[in-house]
Amino acid sequence: MINPLQQQTRRHFFEKCGVGLGSIALTDLLAKESGGNQMAMGRSHHPAKAKNVIFMFMAGGPSQLELFESKPRLNEFHGQLPPESLVEGKRFAFLGEDAKILGSERKFTSYGESQMELSELLPHHRKIVDEVCWLRGMKTDVFNHGPAKLFMNTGFQVPGRPSMGSWVTYGIGSESSDLPGFVVLQSGPRGPRAGNALWSAGFLPSSYQGVPFRGSGDAILNLNNPEGITPESQRDFVDLVGTLNNERLGVTGDPEISTRIAAAEMAYRMQSSAPELMDLAGESQATLDLYGATPGGNSYANNCLLARRLVERGVRFIQLYHTDWDHHGGPGQTLGKDLEKLTKQIDQASAALVIDLKQRGLLDDTIVVWGGEFGRTPMGETRDNKVGGRDHHIDAFTMWVAGGGFRPGATYGKTDDFGYEVVDEAVHVHDLHATLLHQLGFDHERLTHRFQGRDFRLTDVHGRVVNEVLT
Amino acid sequence: MSDHPTEDSYGNKAKSFIHHRHALPSLAKEPRYLIIPAMLRSLKVSAAIAVFACPLGAEDIVDFNRDIRPILSDKCFQCHGPDEEALKADLRLDQRESAIHVTAIVPGKAGESALIDRISSNDPDERMPPPKIKKPITPAEAALLEKWIAQGAEYDDHWAFKPLEVDSANTKKNSVDHFIIATLEQKGLKLSPEADPSTLVRRLFLDLTGLLPPPNRVDSFLRAHEESPDGAVAALVDELLDSPHYGERWGRHWLDQARYADSNGYTIDGERVMWPYRDWVIRAVNDDMPFDQFTIEQIAGDLLPDPDKAQLVATGFHRNTLINQEGGTDDEQFRNEEVVDRVNTTGAVWLGLTLGCAQCHTHKFDPISHREYFEMFAFFNQGTDVNNTGATIEVGEGEMFLKNPDPKKVAAIETAKNALKKTTAEKSERQAAWEKAMLGPAIEHGTADWTRVVPTKFNAEGGVPLELLDDHSILAGPGAPNETYHVQLTPSTEPVAALRLQLLTHESLPANGPGLAGNGNIVLTRVEFLRDGKAITVKLAEHDHAQPGFSGAYTIDDDPETGWAINVGKGTAAGVKMNARHEVRYTFVEPLPPGAVVEIVMRHEKNGNYNIGRFAWETSPTPPPSVAAETLLTKLKLPKEKRSDADKKYLASEFAKVDAGQREAQQQVDAARKELGIGKPVSTMVMRDLLEQRETFIHERGDFLRHDEETGPLYPGVPAVLPAMTGDSKNRNRLDLAQWLVRPDHPLTPRVTVNRVWMRYFGHGLVKTENDFGTQGSFPTHPELLDWLAHTFVEQGWSMKELHRLITNSETYRQSSQASPEAEKVDPLNHLLARQNRIRFEAEIIRDTALSASGLLHPEIGGPGVMPPQPGGVYAFTQRKVNWVDATGPDRYRRALYTKFYRSAPYPLLTTFDSPDFQSVCTGRIRSNTPLQSLTLANDTAMFELAKGLGARTMSEVEGSDTDRIRHAFSLCYSRPPSEKELGAVAAFQKKQAASFAADKAAADSVAPAEYPDSFTLAEAASWSAVARALLNTDEFITRE
Repeated sequence: MINPLQQQTRRHFFEKCGVGLGSIALTDLLAKESGGNQMAMGRSHHPAKAKNVIFMFMAGGPSQLELFESKPRLNEFHGQLPPESLVEGKRFAFLGEDAKILGSERKFTSYGESQMELSELLPHHRKIVDEVCWLRGMKTDVFNHGPAKLFMNTGFQVPGRPSMGSWVTYGIGSESSDLPGFVVLQSGPRGPRAGNALWSAGFLPSSYQGVPFRGSGDAILNLNNPEGITPESQRDFVDLVGTLNNERLGVTGDPEISTRIAAAEMAYRMQSSAPELMDLAGESQATLDLYGATPGGNSYANNCLLARRLVERGVRFIQLYHTDWDHHGGPGQTLGKDLEKLTKQIDQASAALVIDLKQRGLLDDTIVVWGGEFGRTPMGETRDNKVGGRDHHIDAFTMWVAGGGFRPGATYGKTDDFGYEVVDEAVHVHDLHATLLHQLGFDHERLTHRFQGRDFRLTDVHGRVVNEVLT
Repeated sequence: MSDHPTEDSYGNKAKSFIHHRHALPSLAKEPRYLIIPAMLRSLKVSAAIAVFACPLGAEDIVDFNRDIRPILSDKCFQCHGPDEEALKADLRLDQRESAIHVTAIVPGKAGESALIDRISSNDPDERMPPPKIKKPITPAEAALLEKWIAQGAEYDDHWAFKPLEVDSANTKKNSVDHFIIATLEQKGLKLSPEADPSTLVRRLFLDLTGLLPPPNRVDSFLRAHEESPDGAVAALVDELLDSPHYGERWGRHWLDQARYADSNGYTIDGERVMWPYRDWVIRAVNDDMPFDQFTIEQIAGDLLPDPDKAQLVATGFHRNTLINQEGGTDDEQFRNEEVVDRVNTTGAVWLGLTLGCAQCHTHKFDPISHREYFEMFAFFNQGTDVNNTGATIEVGEGEMFLKNPDPKKVAAIETAKNALKKTTAEKSERQAAWEKAMLGPAIEHGTADWTRVVPTKFNAEGGVPLELLDDHSILAGPGAPNETYHVQLTPSTEPVAALRLQLLTHESLPANGPGLAGNGNIVLTRVEFLRDGKAITVKLAEHDHAQPGFSGAYTIDDDPETGWAINVGKGTAAGVKMNARHEVRYTFVEPLPPGAVVEIVMRHEKNGNYNIGRFAWETSPTPPPSVAAETLLTKLKLPKEKRSDADKKYLASEFAKVDAGQREAQQQVDAARKELGIGKPVSTMVMRDLLEQRETFIHERGDFLRHDEETGPLYPGVPAVLPAMTGDSKNRNRLDLAQWLVRPDHPLTPRVTVNRVWMRYFGHGLVKTENDFGTQGSFPTHPELLDWLAHTFVEQGWSMKELHRLITNSETYRQSSQASPEAEKVDPLNHLLARQNRIRFEAEIIRDTALSASGLLHPEIGGPGVMPPQPGGVYAFTQRKVNWVDATGPDRYRRALYTKFYRSAPYPLLTTFDSPDFQSVCTGRIRSNTPLQSLTLANDTAMFELAKGLGARTMSEVEGSDTDRIRHAFSLCYSRPPSEKELGAVAAFQKKQAASFAADKAAADSVAPAEYPDSFTLAEAASWSAVARALLNTDEFITRE
């Protein structure tokens, strides 16, 4: 039961959100809080094609030129300065003006009906070439890791704005009452740069922020009651804490308390739902083998399988971070064995997730996104006097999207002979955001939140729905 | 979507503020504080009040900083800005003179300005910015530029780089309220009434000490508040500022900025000793060390004339950088990383600038060039540490807290240490004398003269073949498990005082033996010596080496379950191998007479094939020396030049055991330390500079390997946009930088510092982007207040405590945090402070308040880090496993700032509640609100233990009714009585819990506190733990209202 005071505060709160989405989210929230578990999809701006998103974030910026884009001209011009027309007026994070073209040592072959070219580094991706929509003309605005990750997540390069996952859960609510609507899974040697800000709710109510599972050790600690506290006693405890919090909410009117009440309830439900979720032992050996997952470990493969399990349990937005793709060429950052190590870690499981979702009929309403915060330059970078890497590149890079009404097997985006600039079919980060929201049933220009006297949105004042990539 | 014309590269917060500030370029350079003419003052005040964005009206004055700089910066500076390399047409639009000179701008005449002409041109060759740059000027932007030129095209310096502006006419006693109220009034708002006194006392305790007020102090405050609210608050503030816990609370804020941690970082993340620095911070904050001195000692204490120990420890501030201990790392690379971190941290902490952006290229937004970055770098490029421990200093536990140490006692330590030094210096002489004496005839070591004995008979019970080799040793073949060997020895012509069994290797054996086990090991369980069928009594069985738990002595204990084995393990001396010659020597109680016939039985009764592979027996007519004595003698007899390092170490340690002189000298030092009140000494890292300067070059694109030789070596310096540094640039060092940072006319340091203090009290700063005072940062909500506070801070001798007094005694601080609907409408995020903000505490304070509510807090200040209990599963599947042993004594209940912080595996409660990982500077924490936090508060073992503590207190401190107990618990946790509804809910819960625990004794046992008064049943005791747990889990408990 929702406390009338809390309800009042909520209504009061949402009154400030302006028209449109505020009322949508409010009705959904109140429906949930009064015990209902209805989906909010019907209240979107238009009929939704998808209801879940899994975003596989390759933190650091994977090289499209070693993975997705075969550019023979690079090898032809290897060691030469790039044509001036390409680099004029450009700036890079690390490259100097004397940076020379770097050929790619990777072999590319075409696969599937779509004849998508793929590098030898992604053998498992061959199986999904006809399921995936390849975006080769991606563009972003910022070339440093932290700001660029924020930009990809929030549409803005400075912390403080809501992340995509927060906007989505804010817009359509969560289908799961036992798990957070927005979950963040992490793998790789360390957490992504910019950390919490990447899944922050910004100025949206903090209940929409992403909940990060731990990247090492047990993913969620403290799931068990203290010894001697029975399930019944725990229920009474949660109720009493709820009552006391509601009393305080009535006195102070602070919406943060509503969030904490909801969080405590969610925590209580997670105590039973999370162990079941995290336990991969019930998966068939065939499924485990498909992903390369091992019950009881921490890995990208396990996280991919967990992502499917989360979708099955109604979690709206799942983000997987895998670090670190920053192949500048220095020690541990070469496009040789260091890149190979990473592609081995992600190739099989990324493809497996698409295959598995499809087999289970979940791909139609789940959008799977794969990509980093930017791509890498056609010019090579010298580190430790060796040319073994590439710098950050914001003018053209590749991402892929599968499911959720994106055209399977389509390739969108054409770059020049050096893979430097998009010459046709560009998709800016804002456009990607607009398109994802569109598939989820929202007009990106109307999914807004009033803050400091202004209506904010994920796409700021930009964004175009890229209808060409949609079925 | 609003279509505000300035929406582009500014932060969303900055965008909203309209401030009509007149440029005062002619005054800007001169006086320390600008004195603003009265007419302008009123204009400024009214202008600064229009805080929230409204569309720019026709009558509005275009403001350069707000409206124009973002457009020029985003669309034009790329080719017409500070970066000389990229400059086109010799036009710089960031300099008014340059723009006017080439008539790009003709002030007052937009129509004649080339800039307007070019941005509106339809000819793609004329049009600016060039179409290929793809950054067209929007019509709204063009209109703004036109209006700005028409209004005179005034440029303005960025506000934060200008001197403080203080209105000298303002003589109000507490101007915090003056400025806040003035701004509120402009919006038709007013301050909220003062918070309830019980809220106020809790707020003050939490803000100033991070602990809960004891109920009796709440009561006395309430009484005093009735008499005089101002007086009560002032007295409490004074009292709390004098509390040693104030230094812990505010020291912790500082430690965030110092990125203090107890480990080195990166993947190895080994432990380090930096807690003396932490103690120094607590002490300095408690002493109210003026912030300028506080700064100087931390940045450059080592460069002060004749620095004392504390001033050296203070330089630990910049030794908190990471050290990469991985193999194969380039130390020079990580040294550069550390220097970069020192530059960036200094920039963030004192200047509030993101200097790091200029590491790879000239800063894109702030006027800090790539070169200037490396001039700052040059200050920090002189350290002796190179990705290693570097310079250290010895500090005793508690030493940083010594107050007015008795000079005699300090001198006594020095005397004792000098004596110790002398004794140590003479050690080699003493050792030489000892060695000589040990080898002399005066000492009886025992001697042995071993002769190998020829076996006359030998066989194996199980039938494995035994072969006598030429050297009289016996080689066994594989075969029966658990063999028993029988050997009869040739009678000796001399007495037999001892026999020794030698195990020998052989190429036919697994791993060369000496055993028959796969790895060459043996287990010999029993050895029996017989003469004429009767047992010979053995006095001593001593091995040269044994596997842990498998001593040679076990061969004579008549126990078939124990025996001698020779694998190596934990505790085995370095260099000892299993597959080598080993022995056990057996000394008899009575030597046997010459001619005695000895028969030996050797039993292998464990581990099937662990029989001995090759062995020999030797005899001695005299009792042998002990193995230890023999080892010692062997090493002593080695000529000095032939001794290995291990030999030398062995002899030194043997000598240390008997070196009374050294021991006494050390005891003298320890005693002298104790006398002064300091404990065990540790080595902590400090800053030291090289005698000869490293050359500093610009690193091209931030790559430390690519020195810009063309520009040549740089001298230390500061960005030109900030006040100039005097003195010869060649001889500048960190001390010059430190003194420059805290010069009284510095535009940034005082503003940045007071803004962060303000942020702690109100949840956000007057400048919201507390870490960015550059042009991308947000404009202050109360510019005059910010400058007045900064000015006052400096005028009051950089006293933090005075600043705290100023803020905490203000009406603004003291007002209620309850929202009012009117204010919410105008100012939903409460930027104008028509009320206080509710603030969830930092992670550490959550634990601290639970500790203080539980009564278990051990309030000791400082010392080495501690390990409170942490949940299981932290290290599951991880590579880095910290040896975390839950503390059992008082250290289990220390404040959380003493919890050991491993950067790669932080204490989970801390990270769950948004503590940073201290890889780099943290100037302001975020506050999240997640289900994981609820799980931690509810189920974490450490938290539950504190709930039990509170439960016990509730029972032991109240003699009255259950209702009284609930009231007391509320007073302990929230400093207020419960409402009737709360009381009812808790009482019902307690009764229900007591009933269910009565039915489940095992559960009650687990939940009840370890100790509670006899008058309670076990079930009741458990129910009070359960009540306490609920009270520690509310939002109110972890929130400062």
